[in-house]
Amino acid sequence: MSTSSVPTGRGRLAGPLPFPDAARRQLADAQLRVNLRRATHTIRDKRARVVAELPDWEQLRLAGSAIKADVLARLPELLVQFEDAATRAGATVHWARDATEACDVVTRLVRQTGADEVVKVKSMATQEIELNEALERAGIHATETDLAELIVQLADDEPSHILVPAIHYNRHQIREIFAGRMGDAPAGLTDDPRALAEAARLHLRRKFLSSTVAISGANFAVADTGTLVVVESEGNGRMCLTLPQTLISVVGVEKLVPTFGDLEVFLQLLPRSSTGERMNPYTSMWTGVTPGDGPQNVHIVLVDNGRSAVLADEVGRQALHCIRCSACLNVCPVYERVGGHAYESVYPGPIGAILSPQLTGVTASPSASTLPWASSLCGACYDVCPVRINIPEVLVHLRQSVVDAHRDRPSPERTAMQALSWVMGDRRRYARALRAARRGSAPLAAALRRRTVRRLPPPLSGWTAYRDAPLPVGESFRDWWRRTR
Amino acid sequence: MRIALFITCVNDLLYPETGKAVVRILERLGHKVEFPDSQTCCGQMHANSGYRAEALPLVRGFVETFDRYDAVVAPSGSCVAMVRESYPRFVPAAAGVASRTYELSELLVDVLGVTDVGAAFPHVVTYHPTCHGLRVLRLGDKPLRLLRAVADLELVGLAGAEECCGFGGTFAMKNAGVSGAMLDDKCTAIEQTDADVIAAADNSCLAHIGGGLSRRGSPIRVMHYAEILGGAS
Ligand code: SF4
Repeated sequence: MSTSSVPTGRGRLAGPLPFPDAARRQLADAQLRVNLRRATHTIRDKRARVVAELPDWEQLRLAGSAIKADVLARLPELLVQFEDAATRAGATVHWARDATEACDVVTRLVRQTGADEVVKVKSMATQEIELNEALERAGIHATETDLAELIVQLADDEPSHILVPAIHYNRHQIREIFAGRMGDAPAGLTDDPRALAEAARLHLRRKFLSSTVAISGANFAVADTGTLVVVESEGNGRMCLTLPQTLISVVGVEKLVPTFGDLEVFLQLLPRSSTGERMNPYTSMWTGVTPGDGPQNVHIVLVDNGRSAVLADEVGRQALHCIRCSACLNVCPVYERVGGHAYESVYPGPIGAILSPQLTGVTASPSASTLPWASSLCGACYDVCPVRINIPEVLVHLRQSVVDAHRDRPSPERTAMQALSWVMGDRRRYARALRAARRGSAPLAAALRRRTVRRLPPPLSGWTAYRDAPLPVGESFRDWWRRTR
Repeated sequence: MRIALFITCVNDLLYPETGKAVVRILERLGHKVEFPDSQTCCGQMHANSGYRAEALPLVRGFVETFDRYDAVVAPSGSCVAMVRESYPRFVPAAAGVASRTYELSELLVDVLGVTDVGAAFPHVVTYHPTCHGLRVLRLGDKPLRLLRAVADLELVGLAGAEECCGFGGTFAMKNAGVSGAMLDDKCTAIEQTDADVIAAADNSCLAHIGGGLSRRGSPIRVMHYAEILGGAS
């Protein structure tokens, strides 16, 4: 493999549809919009309540952002420090340049144990690299043990939210999935949430007790101690991280924090931003191997998969601050209407719109080159982001990258933008254009006898598909000023 | 104090009444307003669409035109946000004029210290805080304080007021379906109030909201809040 260029990310990060087309498909699903609206507003409100409790929230955000900026500035050094500390504590550290390498390493490690079944803690990194599919090809079945992740897996579907992968289903739909697809679902299962949780609990318990290998991700990796941290709500993670003999953790290189003390900041920021809880119910930390207690065979796979390429971009690199809390998804008016699948990546919503295209390269797919426009730039995401990622700024920056990458191709939009810039760059040309616009539309306004029009030709037809358009009539402001002053 | 009006290209062409209202308000308060006619467009659409090179001459033109004034006022939260937040990143020399460019409510409340501009408006009004005014300029309740001081005006709340209306510049055309779905929810919230008028600080968002209301056959009118403040008591 060539080592001269920075590798780009592969895996579940891009799709064949431009975002507007993928969004249109999702918009047609009325049930989806109802489910999403209810779910996102509930978490959104809960988050707002618990964040308002902390008088130093803004300071915490600044601290979180500063720590992450420091990590990115010293990434190589901190990674080596982490590797040393983890190795000293008895873990084996592996390095993977991309999804393929990471999947190969994990598959080999599982094979060495002789297991053909593994249990999994919910992890974005393993979804990103499409690990389950790779394991399946090697004859190894992975069971997702997070409730929502299990629902998605049973339904043979794709996750649609970072924290709540099954957010697009309501409980009636979940009952259908369990009854139809979970081999050991109890007869007469109802859609009572408690009955559904109990059915999943029984199903999973059998897996926990029989599996010898677990696969996890990590929310944080502490450089000075070699510690990994997983936070979760259901206790399934704790089971996976303690019961099996072998534990393999797949960790994106940006998950580092420099010191154990830095966790103080993130363990406040993360639960309040993600689930709207003051503290998450389960916080598991492990440092290599503890003889006689927990997994005795501990592996850590550090994955790049496009992150170094993101790091090279001065404006875009802040996307690597992300702690995957999903607060930006829950406040996003676009995500709320279209759901996660429209983003065609394991990372949906505002963070997905800036991270997925950067990981794969903005011109790598129809989704990557259109996601930077999947936003009205309303800024709600930046306001809630616990590590202060200026998502609108990165979106605009990526739009520029896409436009610049296509400068050699003819584009009506660019022609229009250039013409407009030329006209507006000079007061006389501009004043003449204003007059021409009014003269051009005056006959239409006179014929319609009103100042609005219901249908315009492309590209303005996108406007009139949903709203009437105003027509310029009468006198421009500058002509009024000149006439009266 | 030398105050210059930056009308913005959208207002110049489509909403001259908003500009006239700004002039009326400031003159009523005893200020002289200048309109330097070398002004054109702030370049926001170019910049936000990824056409930085095409935005640059417009940024330079703005700085040349307005740098000599003590204060620049524009009846648009979005254009002022572009100038204040993005200009210094385009040309460092823009930092000065960028910090002296104000959205109308900032000039009135923060700089001139006025909330009662002597207006009357006998209607029920609801207010939509447009995103760039809300989250970039942090206008907060400044426009509402101005509206509350208007005689005979009844101000009513809007559910989900801080949610984006779905305009977003070229977003309204590039992602017309999503924009339309957001607009639908905004129009429903507006129709659930008793308001005769929906006011905001940006005529571009109001063109979108008004276009949606008109398509639904709603009698509710859209109005830039400057036009309400410009009405005499
Ligand atoms: S971008 Fe910020 S708000 Fe969004 S998931 Fe990442 S950390 Fe959370």
